[in-house]
Amino acid sequence: MKDISSKVLEGDPRAIARLITLAENNDPVAASAMKDIHPHTGHAHVIGITGVMGSGKSTLISELTRVYRKQGKKVGIVAIDPTSPFSGGALLGDRIRMMELAMDEGVFIRSLGTRGMLGGLASAVYDVVEIFDASGKDVIFVETVGVGQAEVDIIKIADTTLVVMVPGLGDSIQTLKAGIMEIADIYVVNKADREGVEQTMAEVQSLVDISCSDKARKIPILQTVSKEKKGIVELVDEIEKHKKLLEKTKKFEAHRRIRYEAELVEIIRKRLMNLVFDESKFKDKVESLIDKISCKEVDPYTAADEILGKILK
Amino acid sequence: MERRIRVLVAKPGLDGHDRGAKIVARALRDAGMEVIYTGLHQTAEMIVETAIQEDVDVVGLSLLSGAHMTLFIDVTKLLKEKGMEDVLVVGGGIIPEEDAPKLKKAGVAGVFGPGTHCGDIVDFIKKNVKR
Repeated sequence: MKDISSKVLEGDPRAIARLITLAENNDPVAASAMKDIHPHTGHAHVIGITGVMGSGKSTLISELTRVYRKQGKKVGIVAIDPTSPFSGGALLGDRIRMMELAMDEGVFIRSLGTRGMLGGLASAVYDVVEIFDASGKDVIFVETVGVGQAEVDIIKIADTTLVVMVPGLGDSIQTLKAGIMEIADIYVVNKADREGVEQTMAEVQSLVDISCSDKARKIPILQTVSKEKKGIVELVDEIEKHKKLLEKTKKFEAHRRIRYEAELVEIIRKRLMNLVFDESKFKDKVESLIDKISCKEVDPYTAADEILGKILK
Repeated sequence: MERRIRVLVAKPGLDGHDRGAKIVARALRDAGMEVIYTGLHQTAEMIVETAIQEDVDVVGLSLLSGAHMTLFIDVTKLLKEKGMEDVLVVGGGIIPEEDAPKLKKAGVAGVFGPGTHCGDIVDFIKKNVKR
């Protein structure tokens, strides 16, 4: 399928959309196309947007995109929503907040279900970023699922990570001290027209004051009201400032390396799991080992040794 | 390979009633499908553009205002223009029985009026999805 990769490089929307589907489905065609496009990547600025449910991530991305579009930049958006662990289905609704972008040819939006991945991302997100990058997008937004405390995988993929908060979380910011409160390059207090914004600003500020002691850069905290388009231009300026800093300090390359490592690990994980649980030659063996563990004939560690031993032989 | 049926549930036109669309969206999700819901007031162009970007297998249209003969058919025409005949189109809402054959002729493969069981829609999609 040389065809699909060359069309992706030309920016053809249907080819982009189809290759993403193939990658999500772990289709072998995707692997070969991904090989073709990799040399053409590395140009886009990847911006991660994370935050609790209902903090306004989708609307914020929509507004940021409008500013980037005015600068003539092409934008790709990956919006991730949770997959039901029971049915395997998903309701992907982030586009509702991005309706104004629907007819802009310079914007490509793709919704992904997590399909069993933890960490706030979807397994195919690395592929989507590569595909958008190769197709000529200048800016790529990655929107995580609504996160709690531990979904911090976004930093493995984003060059610049925004943590979005809203007033009124009260003491809960205290509980967020670990995890997502440690990963921000920029803090955004969205819906800043709401009551309690001063308190939220003060709480975030105190966290920044503590955690910044060993860093050269003080993490900025910005207020936005997405619905009224307030603070959006200032936020884009701050994102661009961070990008310039990454370039100046050669941290861009370091970020990319982290992403490629995470992507490599994910590909190997998928292939190994596929080998153990999906391929016919091991499936029966695995099933019978699980039975043996259940009736205490074997323990899980011995079973794992046995399976891995067969694969690595 | 793990294929999952992807469905776009869309509300074309100006009516603001999306309870039905949301219930169907949820039923499809519970049947293991990935459902993209885009909200109210979509034009045919927006729906088709979204269908392209999301690479859906199915477009489900919901309309309660009576404009289905125009708007549903606009969507099927536009899909054809874009070479997307392999996308299954289904529609629902307040649709008079006599309109159903005309809609089917225009490419709306399944028409589901009030009283339809969600399970019937799920079965229809699973049976008729083209890819």
